[in-house]
Amino acid sequence: MVYGEQPPVPALRGVSFTVRRGELTAIVGPSGSGKSTLLHVMGTLERPSGGTVRIDGVDVAGLTDTELSLLRAHRIGFVFQQFFLAEYATVVENVADGLLYTGAGLTERHARAEEALGRVGLAHRAGFRPPKLSGGERQRVAIARALIGRPAIVLADEPTGNLDSVTGTSIVELLHELHADGATIIVVTHDTELAAALPRQIRMLDGQVVYDTAATQPHDAVGRHEEDGVR
Amino acid sequence: MRTATHGRADVDRRVRLSFRDSARVASVGLRTRPLRATLSALGIAIGTAAIVGVLGLSSSSQAGLLAEIDRLGTNLLKAEAGRTFGGQTANLPLEAPARVSHIPYTQQVGHTGLIKDAKVYRSPMVPQANTGALQIRAASLNLPSVLTMGVDRGSWLNAGTVEGPVAVLGSVAAQRLGIDRVHPGLRIWTGGQWFHIAGILKPATLAPEIDASVLIGYEAADKYLGHVSVSRGEATYGPPTTLYVRTATDHVEEVQAALARTANPQAANEVNVSQPSDALTARAAAEGAFNSLFLGLGAVALVVGAVGVANIMIISVLERRSEIGLRRALGATKGQIRMQFLGESILLAALGGVAGVAVGALATVVYAAGKGWAVVVPAQAWTGGIAAALLIGAVSGLLPALRAARMSPTAALRTV
Repeated sequence: MVYGEQPPVPALRGVSFTVRRGELTAIVGPSGSGKSTLLHVMGTLERPSGGTVRIDGVDVAGLTDTELSLLRAHRIGFVFQQFFLAEYATVVENVADGLLYTGAGLTERHARAEEALGRVGLAHRAGFRPPKLSGGERQRVAIARALIGRPAIVLADEPTGNLDSVTGTSIVELLHELHADGATIIVVTHDTELAAALPRQIRMLDGQVVYDTAATQPHDAVGRHEEDGVR
Repeated sequence: MRTATHGRADVDRRVRLSFRDSARVASVGLRTRPLRATLSALGIAIGTAAIVGVLGLSSSSQAGLLAEIDRLGTNLLKAEAGRTFGGQTANLPLEAPARVSHIPYTQQVGHTGLIKDAKVYRSPMVPQANTGALQIRAASLNLPSVLTMGVDRGSWLNAGTVEGPVAVLGSVAAQRLGIDRVHPGLRIWTGGQWFHIAGILKPATLAPEIDASVLIGYEAADKYLGHVSVSRGEATYGPPTTLYVRTATDHVEEVQAALARTANPQAANEVNVSQPSDALTARAAAEGAFNSLFLGLGAVALVVGAVGVANIMIISVLERRSEIGLRRALGATKGQIRMQFLGESILLAALGGVAGVAVGALATVVYAAGKGWAVVVPAQAWTGGIAAALLIGAVSGLLPALRAARMSPTAALRTV
């Protein structure tokens, strides 16, 4: 990924790793390490200037913008630091909007939203509006919205960044529970403590992966990168 | 669990939002900021209201005028003594009414005789020059029925009062003389003689000249004001100067052709024949002409409204960057973002248009009801108003919608 024109500054260089289905992974690094760019590239919000990104086996390089949108709608869930909830809509409507662009009908969206809210422990808040909720509850709503379509991968960008430490811990616990249920989650964070609590960590610095706990298991490291890309 | 093979098929499937979802998404801006939406729709509402109101009012007044013409009938002809070749005022022969009544298809002939030098005053104390531009006419007894003209107060002349010093006032004449009711002993001064007022007429739409006249009987005109003519060597009352002829509705033209030479066979060219309803019809047609100014103002209001909507939409797109980013992350295509903002702009303008049409139509209804006209809001006015609003919404929303769609998702998600 290259930013700028004169001189071009590559934001990511030689980053290669695979995330397997069901993994809970932290991408950790200081500001400017390229982790946010990596999240955007993995989430197909940005196209890399070189290299290959595979989501659920699909190489995104050849896809049109519309196809990428469809891929995001069906395969990728996002959780943002700022939650990005619609204040005019109820919690259940916010969660249901996670399926808006998949073509699912309104009834199905609402039923699945109730279910997703149950998974994050907020079923009792379904009819509330976000301004009435605490920060932790809002982030749970955002997580439910990311999970509703049962995406191949959930990308969480500093999910605890706007929360106090207690609430943050509870969100991390929720991520662990969801992981235990089989969800594939990548958490991007600058918080090494949070990262350390997750099963796998990928450390980034200056656009490069400097450490990957999965790579310390030497048996299948290299081959998997080339065959599967980011899964 | 999905696998890579049918994953690709998923990606190929195009998703189209249902109409309901599209409407819900397009109305987000309106629901979250109702005051702003109302204000920006207001400009368009004012423009459409002006256009619909002007067109509705002029159509209703036209309809009112045409209904009035229908009520009064188009079968009235007027034959007036014109001028001689020498330039003097011509007279109609004394026998003209009787002769005209023999023209086939003539139903009624009424007539008046203008008494040239008589002036009318409220009392002898009024200075000579203050004539009020009123005329005094001798009138045939059937005049109100020929002109479909009602009596507002008091009564019309009758066989008894035609001989006496009794007058009936036209509506304008009554106003100028400051008389608004009729009571015994009420008199006016004309030709050195008191005349009692018997009644006041309603406006005569087909013969406005009657409105500014004081009407008396032919016999009285003869007796008190010296309005005489000579017939077979004998002085007799008359002559008439204007004939009003009612014809059978389908034979107006034949009567009109015969009227001048029948009224005055010796000098048909001195008789001016006209159809009073023509003037009214022309007025109805002209009614629309002065509206172009107001229509222009309405169009200006629409353009200003369009600029307002475009402005609000651009601000809205800037403000809602994170929403756009989120929607892109949730899987919205560029086209869907474009449609959302274009839809919002069209919705905004359509609301303004509908409100404007409603206000314009309401104004028409209220005004027309006040005037007793039929309410006519032309279909072109309200369909045109709403169509113009939709067009304006689409045009002014296009650029902001394109901007919103072009915005890169990552830039949109970067919080400011």
